[in-house]
Amino acid sequence: MKTKLMTALVAAVMAAGPAMADLKIVDTSYRTGPYGANGIPFSDGYQDYFTLLNERDGGIGGEMINLVECETGYNTEKGVECYEATKGDGSLVYQPLSTGITYQLIPKVSSDKIPLHTMGYGRTSAKNGKVFEWVFNYPANYWDGASHAITHILEQNGGDISDKSIALVYHNSAYGKEPIRTLEGLAEKHGYDLTLLPVDHPGQEQKSQWLQIRRESPDYVIMWGWGVMNQVAIQEAVNIRFPMENFIGIWWSGSENDVKAAGDRANGYKALTFHNIGLNYPVYDDIQTHVVETGKAAGAGDQIGSVLYNRGMYAAMLAAEAIKTAQEIHGTAAITPEMMRDGMENLEMTEEKMAGLGLPGFGPEFKVTCENHGGNGFGAVSQWDAEAGEFKLITEYFQSDEEILGPLIEADSEAYAAENGIEMRCQ
Amino acid sequence: MFYREAGDFKTSYTEDSQTFPIKFDRYRYYAVLLVAFAVVPFVINDYWVNAVFLPFLIYSIAAIGLNILVGYCGQVSLGTGGFMAVGAYACYKLMVAFPEVSIFIHIILSGGITAAVCLLFGLPSLRIKGFYLAVATLAAQFFLVWTFNRVGWFYNYSASGQINAPERTVFGVPITGAETAPWAAYLFCLVFVVASAIIARNLTRGMAGRKWMAIRDMDIAAEIIGVNPLKAKLSAFAVSGFFVGISGALFFAVYLGAVEVGEAFGINKSFLVLFMVIIGGLGSIFGSFAGAAFLVLLPVLLKNVLVGGLGWPTDLAAHLEFMIVGGLIIMFLVLEPHGLAQLWRVAKEKLRLWPFPY
Repeated sequence: MKTKLMTALVAAVMAAGPAMADLKIVDTSYRTGPYGANGIPFSDGYQDYFTLLNERDGGIGGEMINLVECETGYNTEKGVECYEATKGDGSLVYQPLSTGITYQLIPKVSSDKIPLHTMGYGRTSAKNGKVFEWVFNYPANYWDGASHAITHILEQNGGDISDKSIALVYHNSAYGKEPIRTLEGLAEKHGYDLTLLPVDHPGQEQKSQWLQIRRESPDYVIMWGWGVMNQVAIQEAVNIRFPMENFIGIWWSGSENDVKAAGDRANGYKALTFHNIGLNYPVYDDIQTHVVETGKAAGAGDQIGSVLYNRGMYAAMLAAEAIKTAQEIHGTAAITPEMMRDGMENLEMTEEKMAGLGLPGFGPEFKVTCENHGGNGFGAVSQWDAEAGEFKLITEYFQSDEEILGPLIEADSEAYAAENGIEMRCQ
Repeated sequence: MFYREAGDFKTSYTEDSQTFPIKFDRYRYYAVLLVAFAVVPFVINDYWVNAVFLPFLIYSIAAIGLNILVGYCGQVSLGTGGFMAVGAYACYKLMVAFPEVSIFIHIILSGGITAAVCLLFGLPSLRIKGFYLAVATLAAQFFLVWTFNRVGWFYNYSASGQINAPERTVFGVPITGAETAPWAAYLFCLVFVVASAIIARNLTRGMAGRKWMAIRDMDIAAEIIGVNPLKAKLSAFAVSGFFVGISGALFFAVYLGAVEVGEAFGINKSFLVLFMVIIGGLGSIFGSFAGAAFLVLLPVLLKNVLVGGLGWPTDLAAHLEFMIVGGLIIMFLVLEPHGLAQLWRVAKEKLRLWPFPY
């Protein structure tokens, strides 16, 4: 039986991999499992933008984009399988949308020389390009997010929160643990009380955590959740009548799926974001004509304009811009993963560029350099308006507390470099 | 025609009680070993190692370990994921603390540490049986995962709570870390698999295995004929823990390289390995391999056929995969409740008479 299975496997793999000369982009998505509700809109946005480029512009610089999808189910073993199955034939960039898979892939991409872009997730200290040559996390990272939340709370309290208490409800994994160090550093600086409340995968059971919140009644709750955990947490917060305007989620806890289940009483819930929300951008007209009306929309096509769809589209847009930059640098349309890395490292997002793409003011301006792979750390706060059924930006973009984050990133990345014997670049 | 003992004369007790008494079977076994050691390493690439061979080999060790406990000794355990985590974390702490020692030794030591932990959690088996024991081992599962998440010392206080395998070598060849060559990782695991299978096979057909089986079949009767239940049960827990610990250490260090305890060693892993043992065949070493192959390779195969071959959407394929694997499990268990190993035994009997069945 084993040998039969093996021959069948060989045949299947042979059939699967005809080499393509196009620009190969792999979408490691998850449309199933407890995180599927969040994975679907992101993946739809990511794919639709590349479809738009293919349909409207004939690809990028005359080269068509060959989009390959691989289902990971937010599972690291399947993620590794996906990576190994698709990394051949010059895959340009990986965006796993999972911090766990990111940790698996960091050493692998560094040895295979394929860039990895973890937009707003992954290993924060990858911002230090001196250590992490192949990993990028622009335009913002988790530690920026933690700092944004605290800055927002500071602003609301006139700059003094030394008598306040803050609880962090987090997914008990590498993802959820990321902000703890920053929040502790900021607690020293600003003098607030920090309570840590871990929630185990997949996060459907949070009664005891919210009971504790009810008992200790912290002034603010910050959440690092994903998938079904978000919906449950917001429902629990509603149940204990926690004031929603004091409940702030990271950008992964701020999509429509997360709040809609809790109904009108979720009104006022806040979430961070590093890009704009809503449908009022010229690019959506193009997506409507070239993607939706031609029947080429990814998935069910019902996610367009949702927060995570926008984020997926933003990720695809940044990848496409990096491809353009790489094509300019190397003077060839058919770029390799190595050239793609150069493109990402020299990427500059300006207001004119975004306006030209039909996305005026969609994200912050930033410039990637050899030392800084993480952008400038700008973010904003959005708030859920249950009546209108949408998130609205309530602040301008503001920068994170680089004074606290800089040394933390330096220390963590240098520890990684020492552990793995990496020589510093960019000298 | 095949599998016939005619003309294969045994002249000593050793020959008579060997693992593969039939000549054809014996040569088949040597051929498999030869291919596995001398041919496969030259032809495999990254994908084959990381998606097919490493998971298959590593889960086989875990299934052998659990099979000793559940299949041979009859003690139901739902703590396999937790015990694999013990192996992984022991291996990590050893790798970091003694970087100059060969990874080979670290893996074996992690097996030993897991055996000790497993022994400790096996103590309740002296008082409780069956489903109640399953609940006690379930508690071990949750307790161990919680500990590794909670106590910073286990993950060296890293910010993310993950453990990462640094590069370690055997005879100068990297076995862990990103620079590992596919053949090196494969051969390293293969050595452990073959050694585990041989040790397990010889343990189970010797005195120790007979005691375990006596306990499994009827513990009171076993006690009356002189089997010490304390020694028998605890030795089964220890031996099982040793193999499970080795598989956990390999799973972390060689296969994944970075591990998050809740995700990699959660309750799902315990069930997965238990299903491997049940589908493969309780009380059979071959069954452990067959079960691991069934549950590791089938999803990969289905994915490649449905998405790669037929070009279906990935989400549809992922859902169908669950349904097909689930359906096949039910089908196999209805057709052959004793697992794939029994199916194999029946096939061998049939082949022996083929093509003249009367």
